Amino acid sequence: MSKFEYAPAPESRAIVDLQTSYGLFINGEFVDGSGDAFKSISPATEEVLAEVSEASEADVDAAVKAARTAYTRVWSKMSGADRGKYLYRIARILQERAREFAVLESLDNGKPIKESRDVDIPLAAAHFFYNAGWADKLDFASLGPNPRPHGVVGQIIPWNFPMLMLAWKIAPALATGNTVVLKPAETTPLTALLFAEVCQQADLPPGVVNIVTGAGTTGQAIVDHTGIDKLAFTGSTGVGKMIARAIAGTRKKATLELGGKAANIVFDDAPIDQAVEGIVNGIFFNQGHVCCAGSRLLVQESIADEVDRRLKRRLETLRVGDPLDKNTDVGAINSRAQLDRIVALTDAGESEGAERWDNGCPLPDKGFWFRPTVFTGVTQTHRIAREEIFGPVLSVLTFRTPQEAVAKANNTPYGLSAGIWTEKGSRILWMADQLKAGVVWANTFNKFDPTSPFGGYKESGYGREGGRHGLEPYVKTGA
Amino acid sequence: MSTTTDTAIDATARARDLLGVTRLTNQALTTWLHGLPGVDQVGCEARAAALGTRSIKTTSKKWAIDLAISMIDLTTLEGADTPGRVRGLAAKALVPDPSDLSTPRPAAVCVYGDMVETAKKALGPDSGVKVAAVATAFPSGRASMAVKLADTRDAVKAGADEIDMVIDRGAFLSGDYLTVFNQIAEVKKACGDARLKVIMETGELVTYDNVRRASWLSMLAGGDFIKTSTGKIQPAATLPVTLIMLEAVRDWRVLTGEMVGVKPAGGIKTSKDAIKFLVTVSEVAGDDWLDNHWFRFGASSLLNDLLLQRQRMTTGAYSGANYIADDSPSTAY
Repeated sequence: MSKFEYAPAPESRAIVDLQTSYGLFINGEFVDGSGDAFKSISPATEEVLAEVSEASEADVDAAVKAARTAYTRVWSKMSGADRGKYLYRIARILQERAREFAVLESLDNGKPIKESRDVDIPLAAAHFFYNAGWADKLDFASLGPNPRPHGVVGQIIPWNFPMLMLAWKIAPALATGNTVVLKPAETTPLTALLFAEVCQQADLPPGVVNIVTGAGTTGQAIVDHTGIDKLAFTGSTGVGKMIARAIAGTRKKATLELGGKAANIVFDDAPIDQAVEGIVNGIFFNQGHVCCAGSRLLVQESIADEVDRRLKRRLETLRVGDPLDKNTDVGAINSRAQLDRIVALTDAGESEGAERWDNGCPLPDKGFWFRPTVFTGVTQTHRIAREEIFGPVLSVLTFRTPQEAVAKANNTPYGLSAGIWTEKGSRILWMADQLKAGVVWANTFNKFDPTSPFGGYKESGYGREGGRHGLEPYVKTGA
Repeated sequence: MSTTTDTAIDATARARDLLGVTRLTNQALTTWLHGLPGVDQVGCEARAAALGTRSIKTTSKKWAIDLAISMIDLTTLEGADTPGRVRGLAAKALVPDPSDLSTPRPAAVCVYGDMVETAKKALGPDSGVKVAAVATAFPSGRASMAVKLADTRDAVKAGADEIDMVIDRGAFLSGDYLTVFNQIAEVKKACGDARLKVIMETGELVTYDNVRRASWLSMLAGGDFIKTSTGKIQPAATLPVTLIMLEAVRDWRVLTGEMVGVKPAGGIKTSKDAIKFLVTVSEVAGDDWLDNHWFRFGASSLLNDLLLQRQRMTTGAYSGANYIADDSPSTAY
């Protein structure tokens, strides 16, 4: 028991006006889906938040047709400057309604309110602002000669950053003149549906953005639809491979942002207190539900014990619990299925001989929870060093030389991100050059900005999102 | 006095022991201090900002406000100070809120050396409120060692329970760590039983690496407290600087088993700010430091804001500044 007990500081959920059921957003209107309805629950309490329509093949077809019509008649004819105005308007509305979005995101996803409030929603708005600025400057973005939109874009996003991933997808697509059919994840559809309201509020022409909710079959219908010109997917490597196979031999383009098993590499000359913060932020931010999470800590052997001691002391101050409490650091695991996967992989870690530690914090009775967990004595062959756990679980490995750190960091089928902690600038540059990872952070971790491209090497996918590079997949160039 | 001489010998002997050297040279100190892990400025400031977003409500806020009041070194350090103003400050310390006698008293009043006797007399022997005196040619520290020691002894003789000394920043910044060490150790010797707070004047040290090194040097030389600032230089007590100092005392305890106090001083004016510092104390150094023996605020105007918030929590309404007795003579710090 701490001497300084923090009294509950819950953010009010009154600001969110939840409906009991939601339809699909097609052609600027909410319509009933023809599939079965499914429930979206709060992972923190297992409370049913709303019923959501499942989009059938026919519904997806209607959405694609609406997007095609909007593209042909309105959006492709509109000047970039005018498209930009709509994007700015959406960005401003997101800022105005930020608290509503943050509360709903935390309810539906289970992530702490301080994170949805300070990271997800502000960044989502920032992506719209950033891409709005490009809308009338595409000819000058070094994309190639005569950049033009593909047409109708199908977008499938994951449950870990529902609103932020929506923004990553929709903002560049609209800025470049495409129209969109987007499917949010089946466990976190609610902020996307609230975003549909924002599209209405912004008077976005009907059909420019269509939101279809559902699970795998709905996603499959989008992937297979012949009216889709380009696909953008963020999610697991398994599904990414299925998509790549499905569109092979078709004219469809795709960007895939998939899994990761990032190495966070700490050298013995690192700023150690900040490195500990970076380790915590790398793997416990968003319950570790982060594709670029620093799930493998590579620490130089000479300071391994010191880092271990400092890290564990720090983890004992992490506050796990009610996502709507403003002092919560780690929220709920997003779903029963994900919790089961985390449990299975951590059990494997133990049975394979790694040493398990958790911070021993109390967990709520209801909902899906997992304590911040650290495995030491992990080797490259352990499953917890190879497979993406996508949970608050850190695997600690050691190295002796920079070469060994690079070899271990790159010895994975993934290559999304990496972190380097050292006070030596030259070593940072050398390491960044050697590491096969799309994003390399130096003396920080999990920092995102709309101006910075993001994407992977190897089985972490292809294509970049964010920055000028993030516009490229959404345009075709040449005569 | 033989006991105080022993303390000084102990500081050097212990330093030799901790550093693993047979003779304490400036080179040895430099190697040791420069071997401390660096501080990444961006990361440090981000951590402090994150701690500042903690939301402290209802019962915890009430507890934190009372704790913060009990940690204040109520301060007046003006050329224009008079015995009358110091008596006013002492009266405020004895009864911070005449409308609510359950209000805790601040930890100490902090004055110039010539006001110690006045303060001591005004507070009486049993109030529990300590008298702290700034010494060693405060605030610049630019005087000979003989003068600094005389300044210290004078305050102790007048009854000061605590001495707030300043380090020689010129020596520190030019890398003459041994001079800083020796001065602290000698002042500590001159303090006798009085607790020694070592003011590093972090605003003049500029970098967090320097703050960390000065903190370790002060602890090594025998300081009972490490303190940010005189209040005469900006910036004074920032949250990131205090965070670095709290990490230092935490790690010093791991190394030696001893606790050293921390005192941010200057610029902390609101209850909201004070609570951020307490959160940082709790989450960085640990709850053992949540006690006025180990953590202080050097402040003057902070007290009245805490009292205003305390009344608000008791009565449910803000009374306004005119309903809080304002006898604090200076507005700085």
